[in-house]
Amino acid sequence: MQLTVWTYEGPPHIGAMRVATAMRGLHYVLHAPQGDTYADLLFTMIERRDARPPVTYTTFQARDLGSDTAAIFKDAVAAAYERFRPEAMIVGASCTAELIQDDPGGLAKALALPIPVIPLDLPAYQKKENWGASETFYRLVRTLAVPVKPAAPRETRRPLCNILGPTALGFRHRDDLVEIRKLLDALGIDVNVVAPLGASPSDLGRLGAADFNVVLYPEIARAAGQHLQKTFGQPMVETVPIGVAASIRFVEEVATIAGVDPSPVLSGAPSRLPWYSRSVDSTYLTGKRVFIFGDATHALAAARIAATELGFKVVGLGSYAREFAREIRAEAALHGIEATITDDYLEVEAAIQASAAELVLGTQMERHIAKRLGLPCAVISAPIHVQDFPARHSPQMGFEGANVLFDTWVHPLMMGLEEHLLGMFREDSEFHADAAPSHLGPGHSPVPPPSAGYDTHASRGPHGSPLLAGEGQGEVCDLSGDGPHLTPALSFQERETGAPPIEPSRIEERPSSGCVNPGAPAEEGGSSGALHSTWAPDAEKELRKIPFFVRGKARANTERFARERALPLITVETLYDAKAHFGR
Amino acid sequence: MNAHAPLTAFESEHGLEIRQERGQRAVFCGLTGIVWLHRKIQDAFFLVVGSRTCAHLIQSAAGVMIFAEPRFATAIMDERDLAGLADMNDELDAVVSRLVARRPEIKLLFLVGSCPSEVIKLDLSRAAQRLSRSLAPDVRVLSYSGSGIETTFTQGEDACLASLVPEMPAEAANAEPTLLVVGALADVVEDQFARIFSEMGIGPVRFLPARRAGAMPPVGENTRYLLAQPFLADTARALEERGATRLAAPFPLGAEGTTGWLKAAADAFGVAAGRFAAATAPGLRRAEQALAPYRAMLRQRRIFFFPDSQLEIPLARFLSREMGAELVEVGTPYLHRGHLDREMALLPRGTRIVEGQSLDDQMDRCRQARPDLTVCGLGLANPLEAEGLATKWSIELLFTPIQGYDQAGDLAELFARPLVRRTRLEV
Repeated sequence: MQLTVWTYEGPPHIGAMRVATAMRGLHYVLHAPQGDTYADLLFTMIERRDARPPVTYTTFQARDLGSDTAAIFKDAVAAAYERFRPEAMIVGASCTAELIQDDPGGLAKALALPIPVIPLDLPAYQKKENWGASETFYRLVRTLAVPVKPAAPRETRRPLCNILGPTALGFRHRDDLVEIRKLLDALGIDVNVVAPLGASPSDLGRLGAADFNVVLYPEIARAAGQHLQKTFGQPMVETVPIGVAASIRFVEEVATIAGVDPSPVLSGAPSRLPWYSRSVDSTYLTGKRVFIFGDATHALAAARIAATELGFKVVGLGSYAREFAREIRAEAALHGIEATITDDYLEVEAAIQASAAELVLGTQMERHIAKRLGLPCAVISAPIHVQDFPARHSPQMGFEGANVLFDTWVHPLMMGLEEHLLGMFREDSEFHADAAPSHLGPGHSPVPPPSAGYDTHASRGPHGSPLLAGEGQGEVCDLSGDGPHLTPALSFQERETGAPPIEPSRIEERPSSGCVNPGAPAEEGGSSGALHSTWAPDAEKELRKIPFFVRGKARANTERFARERALPLITVETLYDAKAHFGR
Repeated sequence: MNAHAPLTAFESEHGLEIRQERGQRAVFCGLTGIVWLHRKIQDAFFLVVGSRTCAHLIQSAAGVMIFAEPRFATAIMDERDLAGLADMNDELDAVVSRLVARRPEIKLLFLVGSCPSEVIKLDLSRAAQRLSRSLAPDVRVLSYSGSGIETTFTQGEDACLASLVPEMPAEAANAEPTLLVVGALADVVEDQFARIFSEMGIGPVRFLPARRAGAMPPVGENTRYLLAQPFLADTARALEERGATRLAAPFPLGAEGTTGWLKAAADAFGVAAGRFAAATAPGLRRAEQALAPYRAMLRQRRIFFFPDSQLEIPLARFLSREMGAELVEVGTPYLHRGHLDREMALLPRGTRIVEGQSLDDQMDRCRQARPDLTVCGLGLANPLEAEGLATKWSIELLFTPIQGYDQAGDLAELFARPLVRRTRLEV
């Protein structure tokens, strides 16, 4: 039994959902209790998909356990087939259904549907999300890929490859795919099938027609790639093209396998990262201590880029992907450090603190750890929140990906000139030695005790007008002020819960009489000499019960209301009268 | 999909069309209640005994709260635990002692059952007793089930509060009648109600759950209780077993619901009509003022509720009677006819209420009806928006203070906002 607050990965059936949701014409029937449909919202909210995932859940309840859950499952499969008419189906059990030991594969087979029905065995008490995605994709490929004759003899056509690995809910998979397609096209290579993302079961049937496979995300597609290598003799490119050097290596490998000339792609300056990194403003990056944590693919790539393309010093490297522990340890050894292989975020937090890092590259979780520790941070890997499925094009892979990485990683740090000036004026009161990067906000101490976390919010909250401009609990309120790359807007869950991540008592309120601060943004015409109202103590207390991110607005509105009516004392009644008055 | 069955025939009650439906359900399980309950009882900790799925669910529902040293966690069962039950109890004890050592401020620990722990019949109530003995007097340990197989979303709160009832102190047999308000409310709402009751001269008034584990209210023959939430069937039963009497009332949503709810208490405590009117007049006036601007936006809008929290019927009543909206279908995961009697009497005749769900069938009905606003979960909201239907995601109604006079305007605004937004966007 493991005590857990945060999990880096979901259970393995979430991995299967990521594959099913990525594809077209495939339907997943999941034997699962009522409630497991929560997983739908990862896709509809975090990735903002415009359709429900193609998953039917049996959603059995306690009253069904005494009767025949197997019959419920069979009915669900039959009904899903009738309704969705998929080309193929996958069937399996979630953790609870695994315990009741119905046999999804056997039950579905008994229905004798006229389509392939692929049973998944995903041991929920041993394995996790990425393994589930890999296993699902492997099973699909194994079942559906059949020998296919190439369209024409190799000599008379362009080389043809498959791209394997992108899924739903993948960190930047959408944009990585665009970059890789661009590179392959520039090399004169055609793409046969991209899978799972956008592929149908019949597309998987055509995988064998390609000359070779490009495996973009080994956690998800290595097993399938190895199977295709063995079965159809398709070579596999497994170099992950994240970073300039890796992208060059990727292009060279692909060119060699395809028998094409890489120079049109590599000539000139395909990425701006090398020049930016050599420009003198980047000198200050030299030896910056960086801690890296994430999935194996992204952590390994980030370590190499950090050390050899940006000139950082890698002082910590780790991953939650135990399947790739050996590779991570080997890479860590190159940097003279011990790898952190764990799925316990408290261990990661301890490792970050011990490493005395100046920059953290990690997941959503490390973003929050870094915020607590007052450290700059950029996100390089899943798990991620909604802001890391951006509307703009932002790949990690290829040469454009390298440009994105330079910007993303460097922005949380101080710019070189800024740091230089801080050094020069170190003795001045506003530029003292412990001054934190400016984007972390005023009053930020570099390493506060963990319990005082989130004081960026606290110190900004009451003053920052963008925060107060929100119209209500459900509005997007940017709590971070000026650092969207570091502390992005509230995730949907934050808005959904409407709950501040800190106890209200930790929030420094503005001085209670709103008129003493002439600079306060909410005080329009504060110096006009109009009557100033004072807050009755119980009204002040009532005000503090309002969630912190709308409290400032409530205060301003109430004071305006009182001013307009020349009320000298703001009471609880005034507070609610004002609320009713402005509440449209 | 729990034995799929098509819609049954209508039943008629209060002139409503009430039907049951079974099939695939898109709802949360009761574990989700932890997300708001842990903020209400400030020295309680919720330990889910479950699988990685349970931890993942709570993480997805709790969002960023997960990073603020929250007072909930999951003990994830693994393969070794499933091998033998005795071993599992030892494992659980070890997890709990680690937890208690790490969080010494915790006074009350809930062991929360999940689908996996219920299916393998891990006896959490015995574990709670055992741990209570070994951790006494610093920490009390209780258990309840938040599993999906037994509870839907807000029923997790019901199960939690029901587990607290036997722990409540006994009220003196000769005590004056007391009022107990049952159901977790935002502190600000609780305080508003406390002020109004005090102006009516009703007292003492207590709330369940209390904000501190050690301050749970007493209960006995003279306790009159008002449900503040419609999903508290088991809690109500447990209170009645301890002698308390329920005051039948609508739920305090909107001006009318709030007045009806307060009136039930006023009548039970013999508050004079004049005093009641005086105590409620300012709130009523403010609610009326706050609601007025939204009426034009919601009037005659056709609204469709997917089942989620059991709040659907009181919300539908508020929207139809106070906002002039029209009700296409009101889905609810579970319909407690006794507790919702006053609400159903206020719904327009012919309103279609569907208890339970068969998701695809219900989505078909929704698409066919093309309502102006669909109230549904986050798994359905964006897909329905993409089909051109305006939606209001329902979870927000649990996390936002919506009860009482001074929140009536906020409540209307939650439904008006998606409609207003649609008129603003030009792209």
